[in-house]
Amino acid sequence: MILLEGVTKTFKRTTVLDELSLEIDTGDRIALIGANGAGKTTLIRCLLGEYQFEGNITLNGANPRSERKQVLSQIGFVPQLPPPLKMPVEQLLSFSAGVCGCSSHEMEAVAAQLGLELAPLAKRPFEKLSGGQKQKLLIAIALGRPTHLLIMDEPAANLDPEARHTLFSILEQRQDETAMIISSHRLDEVAALVNRVIELDRGQVVLDDRVDDSVALSSLLTCTLTTSRIEPAFSTTIRSWGFHTEEDEQQWSGTIPGPDRLRFLGMLSRYAALLCKVTIEETR
Amino acid sequence: MRHLWLTAQADISESLRSRWFLVYSTVFGGIIALLFAFGLTESRIMGFVGLSRLLITYIQLSMAILPIFILITTVRSVAGDRDAGVFEYLLSLPVSLSAWFWGKMVGRFSVVFLPIFLAMAGAILWGLIQGMEIPWRLFFYYTAFLFSLSWCFLGIGMLLSTLARSPDVAQGSAFLLWLFLLLFLDLILLGVLIQEQAPLEAIVAIALSNPLQLFRTASMLLFDPQLVLLGPSAHLILDTFGETLYLLWAIFYPLLLGTVSGAIGYLLFRRGDQL
Repeated sequence: MILLEGVTKTFKRTTVLDELSLEIDTGDRIALIGANGAGKTTLIRCLLGEYQFEGNITLNGANPRSERKQVLSQIGFVPQLPPPLKMPVEQLLSFSAGVCGCSSHEMEAVAAQLGLELAPLAKRPFEKLSGGQKQKLLIAIALGRPTHLLIMDEPAANLDPEARHTLFSILEQRQDETAMIISSHRLDEVAALVNRVIELDRGQVVLDDRVDDSVALSSLLTCTLTTSRIEPAFSTTIRSWGFHTEEDEQQWSGTIPGPDRLRFLGMLSRYAALLCKVTIEETR
Repeated sequence: MRHLWLTAQADISESLRSRWFLVYSTVFGGIIALLFAFGLTESRIMGFVGLSRLLITYIQLSMAILPIFILITTVRSVAGDRDAGVFEYLLSLPVSLSAWFWGKMVGRFSVVFLPIFLAMAGAILWGLIQGMEIPWRLFFYYTAFLFSLSWCFLGIGMLLSTLARSPDVAQGSAFLLWLFLLLFLDLILLGVLIQEQAPLEAIVAIALSNPLQLFRTASMLLFDPQLVLLGPSAHLILDTFGETLYLLWAIFYPLLLGTVSGAIGYLLFRRGDQL
């Protein structure tokens, strides 16, 4: 489906992508990882046809440079940092839907699924939205149209647990007809979302491995926690995961999206000395 | 074509919310308001009074500030958008590069031309309400000059934005270019060249190819046909071309220059990295 053959990108004398070759099939959910400067962003920009490069890239046989519109109409992209757009939300939606040749209704529906009510925000400039709202809207634009490749740079970084769960569920619905590239500098952030890991270092693939993807993207875990004492920092953190407490701030309960279990356990490990009891149970 | 208009609309929408547009509109609207407030329509120069006097002053002030304003705001916002990730996101959508580039230029043109035109049209409307004599010939010619000059410097601005990889370099280049064109006005380097008896053809070529010089001479020509106010190079050009041809050249050459600059900018934009 996506073929990269000997892709090389050089800025002045610095080679950022070095004879990179890859084959990505429909259904691949790839964690694209690597340190800063490894070439992740450059690779994404080459896939999007925004950079000139040596070698060859094709998406279903079309080249992103010479057949730009054809290729980009099949790609949904969510950047890590939302662009500082001043245009109102409704115009961003109509512009995106207009150039993609689709209706904005589906994008609005995805936004609603993610918990973003667009009606009160319609006239507000995009840059004035909160970080989470921007992220949800960009995800809605990327997922609210038919695509064969989703490129997402830390897509769930600014989302609340509920929205993360919705995003994972939408991605699960798409996984059989779409390839996904999820870029991150930390594997644990995206590990549970993917079935393949590609690590870049100095513009070359240093790891290309299939990983176990037995965790259903839409699964949910019910969790209860008991702490030995009240700790304000823990209370703040656990609340940000959507957990609630009865009254004493020592008994907590909540749900975690299945793919977030590693991230959740990583967070809990910071408070290991505080925890008396932890139960985690997969509910679906 | 639909993508071009969508891009133009998006660019207009972005610009209308930018600080530079607020300052830009305030400056040109403010100039007209100040000219009225200081009673310029009551004063007289070389026989001109009322709205003619106001338009003449407005056009001279526009020549001084419009080109640098357009150059700096264009290169700053275009290069700034590229730097801030706006291009990365919007160019990830399936819009063609030609629709994107020219749509941006059309949108940007609307927001740079309309405030200066509306300020001038507002003055005319006020004159009509006040029962003043309306200098229609001046108004139409000045509209054409401002249209042409705006397009010219917008095209140059888009070219510089494509060439420069950072907002700072783009802004510095824009300022240097403006300074260079400013130096080759008849009162500065052209006068010196004539005094030094440089070849006539070279002087005429420099004067005719400098859009600032064209705008300056053509706008003065409309109220001072003998060009008493101008330096020697303008006389030379008038003797060679005559009034009508010169006025037409002053309108169409900057349009062509802006279009060619924009086209070169587009070709470079399409050929290289877009970010």
